[in-house]
Amino acid sequence: MKATAFAYARATSVANALDLLAAHGGEAKVLSGGQSLMPAMNLRLISPELIVDIGELSELRGIAVKDDVLTIGALTRHVDLLRSPEIAAHAPLLAEAIAHVAHPAIRNRGTIGGSLAHADPASELPACMLALGATIVVRGSSGERRIAAEEFFTGIYETALSSQELLVAVELPAAQKHSAHFFHEFARRHGDYAIVGLAAQAKVSNGIFADLRLGFFAVGDKPLLAKAAVRLIDVAVNPAVLAEAAQALDDELDPQEDQQASPAMRRHLAKVLLARGVAALLQRPDLNPGATA
Amino acid sequence: MTTAVPISLEVNRERIEAHVLPRVNLADFLREHLKLTGTHVGCEHGVCGACTVRVNGEIVRSCLMLAVQTHGASVETIEGLSDSGEIADLQAAFRDRNALQCGYCTPGMLMAAKALLDRNPSPTRAEVVEAISGNICRCTGYEPIINAVLAAATSGRARA
Repeated sequence: MKATAFAYARATSVANALDLLAAHGGEAKVLSGGQSLMPAMNLRLISPELIVDIGELSELRGIAVKDDVLTIGALTRHVDLLRSPEIAAHAPLLAEAIAHVAHPAIRNRGTIGGSLAHADPASELPACMLALGATIVVRGSSGERRIAAEEFFTGIYETALSSQELLVAVELPAAQKHSAHFFHEFARRHGDYAIVGLAAQAKVSNGIFADLRLGFFAVGDKPLLAKAAVRLIDVAVNPAVLAEAAQALDDELDPQEDQQASPAMRRHLAKVLLARGVAALLQRPDLNPGATA
Repeated sequence: MTTAVPISLEVNRERIEAHVLPRVNLADFLREHLKLTGTHVGCEHGVCGACTVRVNGEIVRSCLMLAVQTHGASVETIEGLSDSGEIADLQAAFRDRNALQCGYCTPGMLMAAKALLDRNPSPTRAEVVEAISGNICRCTGYEPIINAVLAAATSGRARA
Protein backbone atom coordinates (compact mmCIF):
# COMPACT_ATOMS: atom_id res chain seq x y z
CA MET A 1 0.00 0.00 0.00
CA LYS A 2 0.93 3.64 -0.17
CA ALA A 3 1.03 6.16 2.63
CA THR A 4 -1.94 8.50 3.01
CA ALA A 5 -1.44 12.19 2.20
CA PHE A 6 0.47 14.30 4.70
CA ALA A 7 2.20 17.64 4.91
CA TYR A 8 5.97 17.77 4.96
CA ALA A 9 8.39 20.07 6.72
CA ARG A 10 12.15 19.82 6.46
CA ALA A 11 13.54 20.95 9.80
CA THR A 12 16.41 23.41 9.49
CA SER A 13 17.65 23.12 13.08
CA VAL A 14 16.83 21.31 16.31
CA ALA A 15 15.07 24.48 17.52
CA ASN A 16 13.04 24.60 14.31
CA ALA A 17 12.09 20.92 14.70
CA LEU A 18 10.99 21.59 18.31
CA ASP A 19 8.90 24.56 17.17
CA LEU A 20 7.16 22.37 14.61
CA LEU A 21 6.56 19.66 17.22
CA ALA A 22 5.30 22.20 19.75
CA ALA A 23 2.76 23.46 17.21
CA HIS A 24 1.71 20.09 15.73
CA GLY A 25 3.12 17.46 18.14
CA GLY A 26 0.04 15.24 18.42
CA GLU A 27 -0.53 15.06 14.68
CA ALA A 28 3.12 15.06 13.64
CA LYS A 29 5.70 12.31 13.30
CA VAL A 30 9.44 12.80 13.24
CA LEU A 31 11.16 11.26 10.21
CA SER A 32 14.80 10.37 10.69
CA GLY A 33 15.93 7.25 8.77
CA GLY A 34 12.36 6.21 8.03
CA GLN A 35 13.02 2.48 8.22
CA SER A 36 10.31 1.89 10.84
CA LEU A 37 8.10 4.91 10.18
CA MET A 38 7.78 4.42 6.43
CA PRO A 39 6.65 0.77 6.63
CA ALA A 40 4.06 1.76 9.25
CA MET A 41 2.83 4.58 7.02
CA ASN A 42 2.82 2.45 3.86
CA LEU A 43 0.80 -0.19 5.71
CA ARG A 44 -1.46 2.63 6.97
CA LEU A 45 -0.94 1.58 10.56
CA ILE A 46 -0.35 5.27 11.17
CA SER A 47 -1.39 8.32 9.15
CA PRO A 48 0.31 11.42 10.52
CA GLU A 49 -0.86 14.79 9.28
CA LEU A 50 2.63 16.24 9.28
CA ILE A 51 6.06 14.71 8.77
CA VAL A 52 8.92 16.63 10.36
CA ASP A 53 12.02 15.50 8.49
CA ILE A 54 15.10 15.88 10.70
CA GLY A 55 17.38 14.07 8.23
CA GLU A 56 19.41 17.18 7.43
CA LEU A 57 20.31 18.04 11.03
CA SER A 58 23.92 16.98 10.79
CA GLU A 59 24.62 18.20 14.35
CA LEU A 60 22.66 15.15 15.52
CA ARG A 61 24.97 12.74 13.71
CA GLY A 62 28.23 11.36 15.02
CA ILE A 63 30.02 9.40 17.72
CA ALA A 64 32.25 10.97 20.36
CA VAL A 65 34.19 9.58 23.33
CA LYS A 66 34.99 11.75 26.31
CA ASP A 67 35.79 10.84 29.93
CA ASP A 68 34.75 7.21 29.49
CA VAL A 69 31.38 8.23 28.06
CA LEU A 70 30.40 7.37 24.53
CA THR A 71 27.91 9.85 23.05
CA ILE A 72 26.04 8.80 19.93
CA GLY A 73 23.97 11.37 18.06
CA ALA A 74 20.39 10.34 17.34
CA LEU A 75 20.85 10.51 13.56
CA THR A 76 23.86 8.21 13.57
CA ARG A 77 23.01 5.46 11.12
CA HIS A 78 23.28 1.74 11.82
CA VAL A 79 25.97 1.46 9.17
CA ASP A 80 28.01 4.14 10.98
CA LEU A 81 27.80 2.16 14.23
CA LEU A 82 28.81 -1.00 12.38
CA ARG A 83 31.93 0.61 10.91
CA SER A 84 32.92 2.81 13.85
CA PRO A 85 36.23 2.02 15.55
CA GLU A 86 34.96 3.88 18.67
CA ILE A 87 31.93 1.61 18.94
CA ALA A 88 34.06 -1.49 18.34
CA ALA A 89 36.48 -0.41 21.08
CA HIS A 90 34.11 1.02 23.70
CA ALA A 91 30.76 -0.69 23.09
CA PRO A 92 31.53 -4.01 21.39
CA LEU A 93 28.08 -5.31 22.40
CA LEU A 94 26.51 -2.66 20.17
CA ALA A 95 28.91 -3.44 17.32
CA GLU A 96 27.90 -7.08 17.46
CA ALA A 97 24.19 -6.40 17.82
CA ILE A 98 23.98 -3.96 14.94
CA ALA A 99 24.98 -6.64 12.43
CA HIS A 100 21.69 -8.36 13.30
CA VAL A 101 19.57 -5.28 12.62
CA ALA A 102 17.82 -5.87 9.30
CA HIS A 103 19.85 -5.82 6.08
CA PRO A 104 22.54 -3.59 4.52
CA ALA A 105 20.09 -1.42 2.56
CA ILE A 106 18.11 -0.76 5.74
CA ARG A 107 21.19 -0.22 7.93
CA ASN A 108 22.30 2.44 5.45
CA ARG A 109 19.25 4.54 6.36
CA GLY A 110 18.07 3.48 9.81
CA THR A 111 19.23 5.57 12.77
CA ILE A 112 19.80 4.74 16.43
CA GLY A 113 17.49 7.53 17.58
CA GLY A 114 14.74 6.37 15.27
CA SER A 115 15.04 2.79 16.44
CA LEU A 116 14.89 3.78 20.12
CA ALA A 117 12.02 6.23 19.68
CA HIS A 118 10.09 3.62 17.70
CA ALA A 119 10.63 1.12 20.57
CA ASP A 120 9.67 -2.10 18.87
CA PRO A 121 9.88 -4.69 21.65
CA ALA A 122 11.45 -7.17 19.22
CA SER A 123 14.24 -4.87 18.06
CA GLU A 124 17.84 -5.17 19.15
CA LEU A 125 18.92 -1.66 20.07
CA PRO A 126 16.49 -0.96 22.95
CA ALA A 127 17.67 -4.14 24.71
CA CYS A 128 21.29 -3.11 24.13
CA MET A 129 20.56 0.24 25.79
CA LEU A 130 19.26 -1.59 28.87
CA ALA A 131 22.26 -3.92 28.99
CA LEU A 132 24.70 -1.05 28.56
CA GLY A 133 23.02 1.21 31.11
CA ALA A 134 22.46 3.95 28.55
CA THR A 135 21.08 7.41 29.17
CA ILE A 136 18.66 8.70 26.55
CA VAL A 137 18.96 12.45 25.99
CA VAL A 138 15.81 14.21 24.79
CA ARG A 139 15.16 17.87 24.12
CA GLY A 140 11.93 19.83 24.30
CA SER A 141 11.05 23.51 24.14
CA SER A 142 11.68 23.78 27.89
CA GLY A 143 15.10 22.15 27.77
CA GLU A 144 16.84 18.83 27.97
CA ARG A 145 15.85 15.69 29.87
CA ARG A 146 18.13 12.77 30.54
CA ILE A 147 16.27 9.49 30.94
CA ALA A 148 17.74 6.17 32.06
CA ALA A 149 17.09 3.47 29.47
CA GLU A 150 15.22 1.47 32.12
CA GLU A 151 12.70 4.32 32.44
CA PHE A 152 12.54 5.10 28.74
CA PHE A 153 10.80 2.06 27.27
CA THR A 154 7.25 1.85 28.60
CA GLY A 155 5.33 -0.48 26.25
CA ILE A 156 4.80 -1.62 22.67
CA TYR A 157 6.03 1.32 20.57
CA GLU A 158 5.74 3.45 23.72
CA THR A 159 8.42 5.48 25.40
CA ALA A 160 8.84 8.30 27.90
CA LEU A 161 9.34 10.67 24.97
CA SER A 162 6.49 13.16 24.61
CA SER A 163 5.16 14.11 21.18
CA GLN A 164 6.77 17.52 21.58
CA GLU A 165 10.24 16.23 22.34
CA LEU A 166 13.07 15.07 20.15
CA LEU A 167 15.47 12.27 21.03
CA VAL A 168 18.86 13.89 20.36
CA ALA A 169 21.52 11.47 21.65
CA VAL A 170 22.35 8.46 23.77
CA GLU A 171 25.20 8.21 26.23
CA LEU A 172 26.86 4.93 27.09
CA PRO A 173 29.51 4.19 29.69
CA ALA A 174 32.60 3.00 27.82
CA ALA A 175 33.46 -0.66 28.35
CA GLN A 176 35.94 -1.13 31.20
CA LYS A 177 38.56 -3.69 32.09
CA HIS A 178 37.03 -7.13 32.77
CA SER A 179 34.01 -6.22 30.64
CA ALA A 180 32.46 -9.04 28.70
CA HIS A 181 29.46 -9.08 26.40
CA PHE A 182 27.16 -11.58 24.76
CA PHE A 183 24.64 -11.14 21.97
CA HIS A 184 22.47 -13.71 20.33
CA GLU A 185 19.05 -13.80 18.78
CA PHE A 186 16.88 -16.48 17.28
CA ALA A 187 15.41 -15.43 13.96
CA ARG A 188 14.13 -17.43 11.02
CA ARG A 189 16.20 -15.43 8.56
CA HIS A 190 19.27 -13.29 9.27
CA GLY A 191 18.09 -9.72 9.65
CA ASP A 192 14.51 -10.53 10.56
CA TYR A 193 13.04 -9.41 13.85
CA ALA A 194 14.06 -11.79 16.59
CA ILE A 195 11.80 -14.53 17.94
CA VAL A 196 13.74 -14.03 21.17
CA GLY A 197 17.05 -12.28 21.75
CA LEU A 198 19.53 -11.44 24.50
CA ALA A 199 21.99 -8.56 24.75
CA ALA A 200 24.17 -8.97 27.85
CA GLN A 201 26.93 -6.91 29.39
CA ALA A 202 28.97 -8.17 32.34
CA LYS A 203 31.98 -7.59 34.51
CA VAL A 204 33.73 -10.84 35.24
CA SER A 205 36.44 -11.15 37.86
CA ASN A 206 38.09 -14.49 38.65
CA GLY A 207 35.27 -16.43 37.08
CA ILE A 208 32.57 -14.61 39.08
CA PHE A 209 30.12 -12.00 37.84
CA ALA A 210 30.87 -8.67 39.55
CA ASP A 211 28.04 -7.22 37.45
CA LEU A 212 25.59 -8.69 34.96
CA ARG A 213 22.97 -6.90 32.90
CA LEU A 214 20.70 -9.09 30.79
CA GLY A 215 18.64 -7.24 28.18
CA PHE A 216 16.07 -9.61 26.68
CA PHE A 217 13.98 -8.62 23.69
CA ALA A 218 10.85 -10.03 22.02
CA VAL A 219 9.82 -11.51 25.39
CA GLY A 220 7.11 -9.01 26.31
CA ASP A 221 5.67 -5.61 25.49
CA LYS A 222 9.02 -3.91 26.02
CA PRO A 223 12.67 -4.90 26.37
CA LEU A 224 13.36 -6.53 29.74
CA LEU A 225 16.33 -5.90 32.01
CA ALA A 226 16.11 -9.21 33.83
CA LYS A 227 16.16 -8.98 37.61
CA ALA A 228 17.10 -12.65 37.64
CA ALA A 229 20.65 -11.51 36.92
CA VAL A 230 21.21 -10.65 40.61
CA ARG A 231 21.07 -14.38 41.42
CA LEU A 232 24.21 -14.86 39.36
CA ILE A 233 26.27 -11.95 40.73
CA ASP A 234 28.96 -12.51 43.37
CA VAL A 235 28.32 -16.23 43.52
CA ALA A 236 30.09 -19.25 42.12
CA VAL A 237 27.70 -20.18 39.34
CA ASN A 238 26.87 -23.88 39.11
CA PRO A 239 24.02 -25.69 37.37
CA ALA A 240 21.76 -25.34 40.45
CA VAL A 241 22.33 -21.57 40.69
CA LEU A 242 21.71 -21.24 36.96
CA ALA A 243 18.50 -23.27 37.21
CA GLU A 244 17.25 -20.95 39.97
CA ALA A 245 18.06 -17.92 37.84
CA ALA A 246 16.23 -19.50 34.90
CA GLN A 247 13.17 -20.03 37.08
CA ALA A 248 13.34 -16.42 38.28
CA LEU A 249 13.65 -15.28 34.67
CA ASP A 250 10.60 -17.32 33.70
CA ASP A 251 8.56 -15.50 36.36
CA GLU A 252 9.55 -12.13 34.85
CA LEU A 253 8.65 -12.94 31.24
CA ASP A 254 5.36 -12.01 29.65
CA PRO A 255 5.81 -13.23 26.09
CA GLN A 256 3.26 -12.56 23.38
CA GLU A 257 1.83 -14.98 20.88
CA ASP A 258 2.35 -14.14 17.23
CA GLN A 259 2.91 -15.84 13.88
CA GLN A 260 6.50 -16.63 14.80
CA ALA A 261 6.17 -18.32 18.17
CA SER A 262 3.92 -19.27 21.07
CA PRO A 263 4.54 -17.83 24.55
CA ALA A 264 5.79 -21.26 25.71
CA MET A 265 8.33 -21.37 22.89
CA ARG A 266 9.55 -17.88 23.75
CA ARG A 267 9.92 -18.83 27.43
CA HIS A 268 11.94 -21.86 26.44
CA LEU A 269 14.18 -19.91 24.07
CA ALA A 270 14.79 -17.15 26.63
CA LYS A 271 16.09 -19.77 29.08
CA VAL A 272 18.24 -21.32 26.36
CA LEU A 273 19.76 -17.89 25.75
CA LEU A 274 20.31 -17.35 29.47
CA ALA A 275 22.33 -20.58 29.73
CA ARG A 276 24.27 -19.86 26.56
CA GLY A 277 24.98 -16.30 27.60
CA VAL A 278 26.15 -17.18 31.10
CA ALA A 279 28.33 -20.02 29.78
CA ALA A 280 29.88 -17.74 27.17
CA LEU A 281 30.45 -14.79 29.51
CA LEU A 282 32.09 -16.96 32.19
CA GLN A 283 33.84 -19.10 29.56
CA ARG A 284 32.27 -22.13 31.21
CA PRO A 285 30.98 -24.45 28.47
CA ASP A 286 30.02 -26.93 31.20
CA LEU A 287 27.11 -24.62 32.15
CA ASN A 288 25.54 -25.11 28.74
CA PRO A 289 25.94 -28.84 28.13
CA GLY A 290 23.21 -28.94 25.49
CA ALA A 291 25.26 -26.75 23.15
CA THR A 292 25.84 -28.26 19.77
CA ALA A 293 27.74 -25.43 18.15
CA MET B 1 1.04 21.96 3.00
CA THR B 2 0.00 18.66 1.40
CA THR B 3 0.79 20.34 -1.89
CA ALA B 4 3.67 19.38 -4.15
CA VAL B 5 7.20 20.21 -3.01
CA PRO B 6 9.93 21.22 -5.46
CA ILE B 7 12.96 18.92 -5.50
CA SER B 8 16.20 18.93 -7.42
CA LEU B 9 18.25 15.77 -7.60
CA GLU B 10 20.47 13.73 -9.86
CA VAL B 11 19.20 10.46 -11.28
CA ASN B 12 21.73 8.34 -13.16
CA ARG B 13 23.91 11.45 -13.49
CA GLU B 14 21.13 13.49 -15.04
CA ARG B 15 19.77 16.58 -13.25
CA ILE B 16 16.07 16.25 -12.46
CA GLU B 17 13.84 19.10 -11.30
CA ALA B 18 10.38 18.04 -10.20
CA HIS B 19 7.41 18.82 -8.00
CA VAL B 20 6.24 15.87 -5.91
CA LEU B 21 3.60 15.28 -3.29
CA PRO B 22 5.20 14.42 0.06
CA ARG B 23 3.50 11.02 0.18
CA VAL B 24 5.16 9.80 -3.03
CA ASN B 25 7.94 7.37 -2.23
CA LEU B 26 11.15 7.22 -4.23
CA ALA B 27 10.23 3.94 -5.96
CA ASP B 28 6.98 5.40 -7.30
CA PHE B 29 8.72 8.63 -8.25
CA LEU B 30 11.28 6.72 -10.31
CA ARG B 31 8.67 4.48 -11.93
CA GLU B 32 5.72 6.81 -12.41
CA HIS B 33 7.33 10.20 -12.87
CA LEU B 34 10.61 9.27 -14.54
CA LYS B 35 9.40 6.04 -16.20
CA LEU B 36 12.43 4.18 -14.86
CA THR B 37 10.56 0.92 -14.39
CA GLY B 38 13.62 -1.25 -13.74
CA THR B 39 13.16 -0.52 -10.05
CA HIS B 40 10.47 -2.97 -8.97
CA VAL B 41 7.91 -2.55 -6.25
CA GLY B 42 7.10 -5.65 -4.24
CA CYS B 43 6.07 -5.48 -0.60
CA GLU B 44 6.19 -1.71 -0.08
CA HIS B 45 7.35 -2.11 3.49
CA GLY B 46 11.02 -2.89 3.19
CA VAL B 47 10.95 -6.66 3.38
CA CYS B 48 11.45 -7.89 -0.20
CA GLY B 49 14.33 -5.78 -1.53
CA ALA B 50 12.96 -5.54 -5.10
CA CYS B 51 13.05 -1.73 -4.98
CA THR B 52 16.71 -1.42 -3.92
CA VAL B 53 18.47 1.58 -5.49
CA ARG B 54 21.54 3.64 -4.64
CA VAL B 55 21.27 7.02 -2.94
CA ASN B 56 24.52 8.92 -2.54
CA GLY B 57 26.43 5.75 -3.28
CA GLU B 58 24.72 3.53 -0.68
CA ILE B 59 21.97 1.02 -1.36
CA VAL B 60 18.58 1.81 0.16
CA ARG B 61 14.99 0.64 -0.09
CA SER B 62 13.31 3.14 -2.40
CA CYS B 63 9.89 2.23 -0.97
CA LEU B 64 11.09 3.41 2.45
CA MET B 65 12.30 6.80 1.31
CA LEU B 66 10.16 9.73 0.29
CA ALA B 67 11.00 11.35 -3.02
CA VAL B 68 11.21 14.69 -1.18
CA GLN B 69 14.02 13.24 0.96
CA THR B 70 16.21 12.90 -2.13
CA HIS B 71 16.37 16.66 -2.66
CA GLY B 72 20.04 17.38 -3.33
CA ALA B 73 20.92 13.68 -3.53
CA SER B 74 22.34 11.49 -6.26
CA VAL B 75 20.17 8.48 -7.10
CA GLU B 76 21.32 5.56 -9.22
CA THR B 77 18.93 2.92 -10.52
CA ILE B 78 19.44 -0.39 -12.29
CA GLU B 79 19.16 1.48 -15.60
CA GLY B 80 22.14 3.65 -14.69
CA LEU B 81 24.30 0.77 -13.46
CA SER B 82 23.40 -1.29 -16.51
CA ASP B 83 24.04 1.43 -19.08
CA SER B 84 27.40 2.40 -17.58
CA GLY B 85 28.66 -1.19 -17.77
CA GLU B 86 29.37 -1.12 -14.04
CA ILE B 87 27.56 -4.40 -13.38
CA ALA B 88 28.26 -6.12 -16.72
CA ASP B 89 30.19 -8.93 -14.97
CA LEU B 90 27.38 -9.58 -12.54
CA GLN B 91 24.76 -9.51 -15.28
CA ALA B 92 26.77 -11.99 -17.36
CA ALA B 93 27.23 -14.26 -14.34
CA PHE B 94 23.48 -14.12 -13.59
CA ARG B 95 22.73 -15.13 -17.23
CA ASP B 96 25.33 -17.92 -17.28
CA ARG B 97 24.21 -19.44 -14.00
CA ASN B 98 20.44 -19.18 -14.46
CA ALA B 99 20.26 -16.80 -11.52
CA LEU B 100 16.94 -15.39 -12.67
CA GLN B 101 13.67 -16.74 -13.91
CA CYS B 102 10.85 -14.21 -13.68
CA GLY B 103 13.29 -11.36 -13.15
CA TYR B 104 11.25 -9.53 -10.54
CA CYS B 105 13.92 -9.60 -7.83
CA THR B 106 16.86 -9.28 -10.24
CA PRO B 107 17.42 -5.49 -10.22
CA GLY B 108 17.44 -5.49 -6.41
CA MET B 109 19.64 -8.58 -6.28
CA LEU B 110 22.15 -6.94 -8.63
CA MET B 111 22.16 -3.77 -6.51
CA ALA B 112 22.75 -5.72 -3.30
CA ALA B 113 25.41 -7.93 -4.92
CA LYS B 114 27.26 -4.94 -6.37
CA ALA B 115 27.25 -3.20 -2.97
CA LEU B 116 28.79 -6.32 -1.43
CA LEU B 117 31.51 -6.69 -4.07
CA ASP B 118 32.40 -2.99 -3.84
CA ARG B 119 33.18 -3.40 -0.15
CA ASN B 120 34.39 -6.97 -0.23
CA PRO B 121 35.76 -8.18 -3.59
CA SER B 122 36.43 -11.70 -2.24
CA PRO B 123 33.33 -12.65 -0.23
CA THR B 124 32.81 -16.08 1.24
CA ARG B 125 29.64 -17.97 0.42
CA ALA B 126 28.28 -17.08 3.87
CA GLU B 127 28.97 -13.39 3.26
CA VAL B 128 27.09 -13.52 -0.04
CA VAL B 129 24.16 -15.22 1.67
CA GLU B 130 24.08 -12.52 4.32
CA ALA B 131 24.42 -9.68 1.79
CA ILE B 132 21.37 -10.82 -0.19
CA SER B 133 19.40 -11.96 2.88
CA GLY B 134 17.21 -8.87 2.57
CA ASN B 135 16.22 -9.69 -1.02
CA ILE B 136 13.49 -12.22 -1.65
CA CYS B 137 13.48 -14.48 -4.72
CA ARG B 138 10.57 -16.86 -5.26
CA CYS B 139 11.96 -18.61 -8.37
CA THR B 140 15.53 -19.71 -8.05
CA GLY B 141 15.93 -21.03 -4.52
CA TYR B 142 18.85 -18.57 -4.20
CA GLU B 143 21.65 -21.07 -4.93
CA PRO B 144 22.15 -19.95 -8.57
CA ILE B 145 22.20 -16.31 -7.41
CA ILE B 146 24.82 -17.04 -4.76
CA ASN B 147 26.87 -18.98 -7.34
CA ALA B 148 26.60 -16.10 -9.81
CA VAL B 149 27.79 -13.52 -7.28
CA LEU B 150 30.75 -15.73 -6.33
CA ALA B 151 31.57 -16.27 -10.02
CA ALA B 152 31.44 -12.52 -10.70
CA ALA B 153 33.74 -11.94 -7.74
CA THR B 154 36.23 -14.45 -9.16
CA SER B 155 36.14 -12.96 -12.66
CA GLY B 156 36.44 -9.45 -11.22
CA ARG B 157 39.56 -10.46 -9.29
CA ALA B 158 41.06 -12.18 -12.34
CA ARG B 159 40.86 -8.92 -14.25
CA ALA B 160 42.10 -6.68 -11.45
